Amino acid sequence: MNLLGKLDWDAIPLHQPIIMGATAFMVLVVVAVLGFITAKGAWLYLWREWLTSVDHKRIGAMYCILALVMMLRGFSDAIMIRAQQALAAGGAEGYLPPEHFNQIFSAHGTIMILFMAMPFVVGLMNFAVPLQLGVRDVAFPTLNSVSFWLTASGALLINISLAVGEFSKAGWWGYPPLSELQYSPGVGVDYYLWSLQISGIGTLLAGINFVTTILKMRAPGMSYMRMPVFCWTALAANLLIVAAFPVLTATLAMLSLDRYLGFHFFTLEGQGNQMLYSNLFWVWGHPEVYILILPAFGVFSEVMATFSGKPLFGYRSMVAATMTICILSFLVWLHHFFTMGASANVNGFFGVMSMIIALPTGAKVFNWLFTMYGGRVRFSVPVLWSIGFMVTFVIGGMTGVLMAVPPADFQLHNSVFLVAHFHNVAIGGVVFGVMAGYNYWFPKAFGFKLDERWGKASFWCWFVGFYVAFMPLYLLGLMGMTRRMQHYDNLSWQPWLIVAAFGTAIILVGVVCQVVQLVVSTRNREKLRDVTGDPWNGRTLEWATASPPPAWNFAYQPKVAGLDAFWNSKSRAQATKDEPMPTRKYEPVEMPKNSATGFVTAFFAVVIGFALIWHIWWLAGVGVFGAFMTLLAFSFRRYSEIEVPAEEIARFERAHQAGVAA
Amino acid sequence: MTEARHERAPGDRPSREMDASAPSEFLVYTIGLFVAVLLTATSFWAANTSLIWPGGVALGLAVLAIAQMGIHLVFFLHITSGPESTNNVLALAFGVLIVFVVVAGTMWIVADMNGNMMMPSGAPMSMRMQH
Amino acid sequence: MNVAVAIDQISEDALPSASEAGPAPKRIVVTYGFWIFLLSDIVMFAALFASYAVLVRSTAGGPTGAQLFNQGTVAIETACLLVSSYTCGLMSLAVNSRRRLATYLGALITFALGATFLSLELREFSNMIAIGATPQRSAFLSAFFTLVGCHGLHVALGLIWLAVMMVQVAVFGFATRVQHRLLCFSLFWHALDIVWVGVFTVVYLMGVSP
Repeated sequence: MNLLGKLDWDAIPLHQPIIMGATAFMVLVVVAVLGFITAKGAWLYLWREWLTSVDHKRIGAMYCILALVMMLRGFSDAIMIRAQQALAAGGAEGYLPPEHFNQIFSAHGTIMILFMAMPFVVGLMNFAVPLQLGVRDVAFPTLNSVSFWLTASGALLINISLAVGEFSKAGWWGYPPLSELQYSPGVGVDYYLWSLQISGIGTLLAGINFVTTILKMRAPGMSYMRMPVFCWTALAANLLIVAAFPVLTATLAMLSLDRYLGFHFFTLEGQGNQMLYSNLFWVWGHPEVYILILPAFGVFSEVMATFSGKPLFGYRSMVAATMTICILSFLVWLHHFFTMGASANVNGFFGVMSMIIALPTGAKVFNWLFTMYGGRVRFSVPVLWSIGFMVTFVIGGMTGVLMAVPPADFQLHNSVFLVAHFHNVAIGGVVFGVMAGYNYWFPKAFGFKLDERWGKASFWCWFVGFYVAFMPLYLLGLMGMTRRMQHYDNLSWQPWLIVAAFGTAIILVGVVCQVVQLVVSTRNREKLRDVTGDPWNGRTLEWATASPPPAWNFAYQPKVAGLDAFWNSKSRAQATKDEPMPTRKYEPVEMPKNSATGFVTAFFAVVIGFALIWHIWWLAGVGVFGAFMTLLAFSFRRYSEIEVPAEEIARFERAHQAGVAA
Repeated sequence: MTEARHERAPGDRPSREMDASAPSEFLVYTIGLFVAVLLTATSFWAANTSLIWPGGVALGLAVLAIAQMGIHLVFFLHITSGPESTNNVLALAFGVLIVFVVVAGTMWIVADMNGNMMMPSGAPMSMRMQH
Repeated sequence: MNVAVAIDQISEDALPSASEAGPAPKRIVVTYGFWIFLLSDIVMFAALFASYAVLVRSTAGGPTGAQLFNQGTVAIETACLLVSSYTCGLMSLAVNSRRRLATYLGALITFALGATFLSLELREFSNMIAIGATPQRSAFLSAFFTLVGCHGLHVALGLIWLAVMMVQVAVFGFATRVQHRLLCFSLFWHALDIVWVGVFTVVYLMGVSP
């Protein structure tokens, strides 16, 4: 019996210079960060104020940081793919061997969707939703921390795969039979399965948390039709999480049973059915697309209304469109596999449903346009991202409608036309959306604005770079180039692929600008300081408190009498500004106590995942036992809340009011 | 802010003060058990009897199962149609819709695909790949 | 002018309906959250049911359901779960009126019935494996063991949960959070019974009927 399962020194790819270089770089960065924390003596602070924090604002910020870091990782994969395809034409072989290239595109897709876009979207919701609802925290603060740390565990596992063993070569969706043990005997698919499974459970718990928060914890007076649109889109996205992620859990579990215990769900032997996997995967996969894009729509709605100085045009139609998309997104999943062999009846139904989704989405675009119309639009960085989104997303949406026509899809399926299409909506929709949200809410989260000039530079590089990188792919798709080619013989494709690689370089400049923007803004934070708590002349409740908000969010429970609650109260305050201000008495606030439960559970989750990947059964047992004991200890905790004294709240409020008056 | 203004927690019965005519909770559970036993027995009988046209057995079983789930929801989980449990019922309806879409959609798609590929239902795709 | 001060200057009588009543009490929030979790769990079962329905005839020449299933056992299992759902309901009545002894008694009977169910199911599984009807035999058996086993796993977790809760009743008495958890437990247990109605209908009864 081997105590280390399949793990031995051969697992570390010492003979592959590219991988070892990347690993060395990663280790260096980690060591540098850890060294910096140690040098600053910040470990205790970090543990008390961040790692064990159950404050939704801190957790939201950590989600976004995780997403930004993973974006750098996923983007380096993108650069490598583009560089390889620009080089490897005809006789040239490029610099990446096929098995490494396959790992890179699999990792790129998995990371960008599940560890970049998902955490970013969930992070923005975490930060903004409770503030917009006018409440003190989410429904289950400790569960929120567990969710975040499980997502981080998945991300950690996927990064470990770079140095120890390998990652999946079966694409980000891991279709069997390729992903079965027979054709992928290595640990790559296992890394894929367990990192998705662990982070997926974290996301599911976050979804439950947010549905409960939005439906059961709103400020007094905030009926459904008075919720900010971002909360509506967050509600729709989290309903989709609750309904779709269990299917992913079940599907991955079935594939795991095939690989670990010799079951026959999707194998070629034993009458398994491979199409069942594609079917179930996309039952989750298509709603997942809307889980990502709906909150982005919410961000654009907030940004457009705020920076146009007008209420959002067509609030009710926006809500109706959001909920329609929420339901419809569950009725279109077959369009991901039109070519699999279903009859015209089935393909026709799902094709029509896919086209119908364009209607509510189109309604939204018109709402945003009419919101800007007649408004005094301030072209700040979030607005640039939003306008860039509208232009780009409409193009992406139209190519999507094109592909929703089954006969057209038979031509375009699996071509780089498809790659261009979904990057068009994923970058033009989700990435632009989270960037708008990042620039919009950053001053609320950290108390100072981000630098405008670097922000604009970053936007323009991304915007132009996107078109240069992906428009050639549409052409190449029509020219017949299939996706995921490590090497090709058709030399007429190469010029376009070089253009695409050049576009990726422009995006790289955009990413660098973003990093510089963050550094420059942090250095100039005193100059960029937001003392009012309302830097953009906002409309919703998150701008009614200080930036950054205190742990208790609001000194007293806000009450709501209509849409755009903060805007209304500002107008009222304007009308009564000559009256003497009422003196108020603050009351003590009960706040949830910090807890290490999330961090420790996630630690054991990493242990379980790593042990199962390498078949170290005893260690997996230890991990399960540890996680169980952690949760048990949490359930026996006697005091879950601490009281913030009224004086502390009053002191904070006085300081804040002094800042506002100054 | 009184609790009465809020909707009810899932699984909670309406309090006796609000509705004095409500039957005792013990009675509710007992009725539920009685009806559920009856439906279960009918299901087992229907599966084994030759009195029913065989083609109708599956349909009958499905109806009995759905009826029994409804009994559980009403008598054990105390789902009502009142305004104080709108949210609970809406969430349930959403769940039922998703369950229906996932199960019916999957069965429809795979059955259609098997038929379209002219294979006996459930035959492996590998057979298709061989030619 | 002080804008932030004005956001709670709204009279109380402008707050009529439940959707405007402000954050709900903890009991409602906790159980509603658990209600949503149950829905997600049911969706997971839906995926397993769908897989079973697709694979039910993929026996790869191995045994079929009609050859394997024993209706007698299933009837006893069903009776166990149904009665345990009833005793679980009686237990929650005891919790609501804070009768400690009745709570323990209800929990004990519920636990015993659940454990009986589980042991019957395990015996059924081991009998099947003994005659070569293992989950590795065919896609049908893979789907069968996964669907029924997943339900069994839920029952097992429920039993552990119930045992922990009884310790908590002993340690904390009927503290509010213990009451909330017991309410969630009863939701969980009833939901498992609902899933079992689906299992015995789809798997066992439709599986043996001609």
